[in-house]
Parts: sequence; structure tokens; C-alpha cells
Amino acid sequence: MLKLHRVTKIFNPGGPDERVALRQVSLEVPQGQVVTIIGSNGAGKSTLLNVIAGVYSIEEGAIFLKGQDISSWPEYRRAAFIGRVFQDPTRGTAASMTVEENLALAMRRGKRRALRWGITPEERRYFKEQLAQLGLGLEDRIRDKVGLLSGGQRQALAVLMATLTKPKLLLLDEHTAALDPRTAKVVMELTQRVISQHQLTALMVTHNMDQALRYGHRTLMMHEGRIILDISDPLRSQLKVSHLLEMFEQASRNSLEDRILLTSPG
Amino acid sequence: MNIWLGALEQGFLFGAMVLGIYLTFRVLNYPDLTIDGSFTLGAAVAAKAILMGYDPWWGLAMAFICGAMAGLVTGLLHTQLKVTPLLSGILTMIGLYSVNLRIMGQANVSLLRRETIFTGIKGFIPDPWGTLLLAVLLFAAVFLAVYLFLCTELGMALRATGDNEQMIRSLGVNTDYTKLVGLALGNGLIAFSGSLVGQYQGFADIGMGIGMIVAGLASIIIGETLVGTQTLIRAMASAIIGSLIYRSIISLVLQLGLSPTDLKLFTSLMVVAALALPLVRNRLGFSPLRGAGDVKVTPRNQNF
Repeated sequence: MLKLHRVTKIFNPGGPDERVALRQVSLEVPQGQVVTIIGSNGAGKSTLLNVIAGVYSIEEGAIFLKGQDISSWPEYRRAAFIGRVFQDPTRGTAASMTVEENLALAMRRGKRRALRWGITPEERRYFKEQLAQLGLGLEDRIRDKVGLLSGGQRQALAVLMATLTKPKLLLLDEHTAALDPRTAKVVMELTQRVISQHQLTALMVTHNMDQALRYGHRTLMMHEGRIILDISDPLRSQLKVSHLLEMFEQASRNSLEDRILLTSPG
Repeated sequence: MNIWLGALEQGFLFGAMVLGIYLTFRVLNYPDLTIDGSFTLGAAVAAKAILMGYDPWWGLAMAFICGAMAGLVTGLLHTQLKVTPLLSGILTMIGLYSVNLRIMGQANVSLLRRETIFTGIKGFIPDPWGTLLLAVLLFAAVFLAVYLFLCTELGMALRATGDNEQMIRSLGVNTDYTKLVGLALGNGLIAFSGSLVGQYQGFADIGMGIGMIVAGLASIIIGETLVGTQTLIRAMASAIIGSLIYRSIISLVLQLGLSPTDLKLFTSLMVVAALALPLVRNRLGFSPLRGAGDVKVTPRNQNF
């Protein structure tokens, strides 16, 4: 499904502030697998997702989606197959446009935008139905501007928008980290529901080790641009957060700072 | 009476320009300074077309197309050569000065005793109402077309580009393309308006575009303060209401004895005052004048 072959990403190559964010990362994710990714700040988790989404070009290696080499595709072209939810709820939605307009934009993912009417009546009905499933009362606010919604509502909408067209791949970049614990739980449950409903392939970056082990089928740990741990079910299901922390400490020396970061609920 | 009629006529004729600026500055969130050049371009192209014996209505169409091409140049400078939005507009605007002189052959082209769209309408409906009626009808057509466009898939993608570029790109839209479309359409409208104003006043002048950006922004800000931006239709209506009020204010101050040469300074100060008003109001602790549902007190785009 998704395959990365020795992918290297260097920021400011050759410059005085050169930084290697990914070092020859190889990864294969089969169809329908949900992978959680953990690691300290600067480990390369977000860079990994951005490189897959095409936000950054890569210096070495190749990226394949469904057997097709997409390494040189621009971001908007890859977006036809890749849904994304960002950490900041304001980044995944257009504040000055209404709820239904945002969904209509998402409905046309990867399609040519022509001079056809932007929202059809059937779509409006479909959106209401989908919004009702969120259980946040958004189905009665489809004409409201998204900027008027709360952070949690916006993020739930962003999850819905990212998955509306059942993309081949879903990338979640700490998408519950900016929310309060209760809202985070609601959004996470929603995410899990859509993923299993559409049997999506997904990569989820998280700061929360407990979350990393609880969700999905496989967990990756990254450190300094490398994948230092790759563990799948059923072995993974026996793993505890403390084990993970131990492994992490073995791999990295600067444990104290990371322990604080990794155990904080998010 | 005559002065107010003139202000009304001009408000509608400049209305297409204000809508063009609304498209680039507000919808696309792109501080495009091509305007001063593309407005004159429209007038120059239409005047030249009329002098060459073309139907004046053709002049309008050609002005729109030429303006759109000027917008494309600005857009290509930005999207392909990565020139900043402000500079890309300035470069096109300055280049257009020479282009406009080339088109007109001299700094001022008179349309005296030539057939224009306004002499045409006066044959059916004599002034005072003929010119106004034509101005209103033309503006209504432009307004409707722009509104319908912004409700299409492409138009919505364009609005999303101005609102949240990263988000709409992650939904598969090539934002370089939507920016080009927006800049072409915006400058097309501005040139269209220029061609109307040129025919209305009976001449095209190389300096007639100077300060159009500020005049357009003044109109938009006045309109937004009074009408608000809660819905798309309201935001668009604020452009024309603002244009009408702005032209009325100009007529009024000229009537009161302000020298026409001081108009540009007056307009600048008006924009400064309009931009400062919300800040001053907040600092003095007054509540905003606008409705409770309105979340935007300060103008969204502070780049101008």
C-alpha cells in the first residue's frame, strides 16, 4: 500500500544550519493497517508525514503508494489519495466559509474544480447525515461559518473532511494534542470509528505512549530521524508503556526530558 | 441634484473595480497592486478600440481580456518566479505604464464626438436617467456573475485559497492555479471598470489609474463597516454600497471647496482613519458599532 524506500530528508542542505530530519527511512505499510508513531521532539515524526504528503521534497529514496512512485508528485496531486488532519484545528478548516462549504470542498478531493455548482442538494443531505453521526449537533449548523465553532468541533469536522472520500491513506499528526482531554477523547473515538468503518490505512503521530499502544495494529518509535522500534500485534498487545519507556531509554540517552514529554497525557 | 446623480453613476461604474479589488484583496487575500495599471489599461484599450472604429461594446470585452492578462502576469511572477505578492503587483503596474502609453500613443486620448456605450443609450433613454440606468444594469450583471462564480466549485476553491491555503492544497487543489484565476478575474473586472469610466468621462488618461487601489480600499472598508461581512452576499454588497458612499463623499468635499488636486491625500487620510477607527474604539473602551454576530472588528487583511 504505502512503501518508503531509504528516504532521506535534509533541511537547508549545505547550509550552516543543515539538519538531517530523516535518515534512510524504509517502511512498508500494508492495506488496512493502522500505525501509531511515537518519538521525542525533533525525532522526525511530523517530517515523515509531511514527506509522504508531499509538503517537503526528499533528498534521497523513493515513496510508493499502491505501487506507484509518487516521489516527484506535488502536494496537491498526492492529496487526491491522502487525507490529512493537523494538530491545530484551525489548519484543517476554512474559518470564513460555512460548515457545508468546507465539506463540499472536501467532497471534491482530487477532482477537477469546474464551473459547476459548488454544493448540490443531495450533498447537503449527505453532509447532514454524516454530521449527525458526530453527535455534536453540527447538522443544525451547516450554514454557520466554521470560525464560530469550538476547537473540538472544528477538529471533528476536519476528521470528517479528511475521510469523506475514503482516501487510500490517512495521516494524523497529533490531531488530538491541542484539545482538552474530554474533547480529545471524543475526536479520537470518532477517528477510530471512521477508520474501522472505511477500513482505512493510517499513520498516526502521537505524543501519548498509552494512546500509541491502545490504537491501531502497529507502533513505530522514531529517534533522530530513524525508526528505532517497529512492533506489531500480537506482540505489541503485551507491551506496556513502561516497556516502551525502557526501550526508549536504551535507544536514547537524554531520557529525563523525553520521559516527561512522553508520559504527559495528550 | 446633478452632483448626487453623478456620484451615483460613478459609484456604479467604479463598482466593478471595487469588486475586482474585493476579489484579490479580500477573497484571495492577495495584496495586489496591479490595479493602478490595469484600470488605465482598460480605459486605454477601450479608447483605442473606439478610435479604430470598433463597436464600443467590443471595447469593454477587450478591456476585460487585457486586464485579465495583466493579472495573469502578476500571478505568474508570484507563482512561477516566487516574487512576493506586493512586488509582483508593483512590477506589473510599472510595466503597464509603458504598455498603456504604447496603446494610446500619447498621454491622453479624447473620445469627443465618438460613439460610446453612453451615447448609444442616450438615444433611447435621454439623460438624466440613461447613463445611470446603463451603469446600474452593467454593475448588476457583473455582480451576479461574480456571485455565481464564487458559488461554483472553482469559485469555492478560490475562496478557500484565500482563507487557508494549506488546507485547500491538502484537499487536492493546485493553489497556484486558483491564484492565477483570481488575479486574472480581479484585474479583468478592474480593466472593465476602467473602460467604462473612460467612456463615461470621454477620455483615457495615462494618470487616471493612480490611487485606484486606495480609492477601492476606501470603498471596501466603508462598505464593510456599514454592511458587514457575515455572508458572501453581504460582503459583496458592501463593495458596492462602499463605492456609492465613497463617490458621494468625494462629490461632497469637492462641492465644499476641496481642491481636486488634494483628493488623493484626502482619500489616503480617509483609509487611515477607517483603519484606525477600530483600534481607537477598542482603546477607548467603546463597544463595536456592528452586530453581535460579527466576530471581525479589525479588517482581515492588514497588508495594504
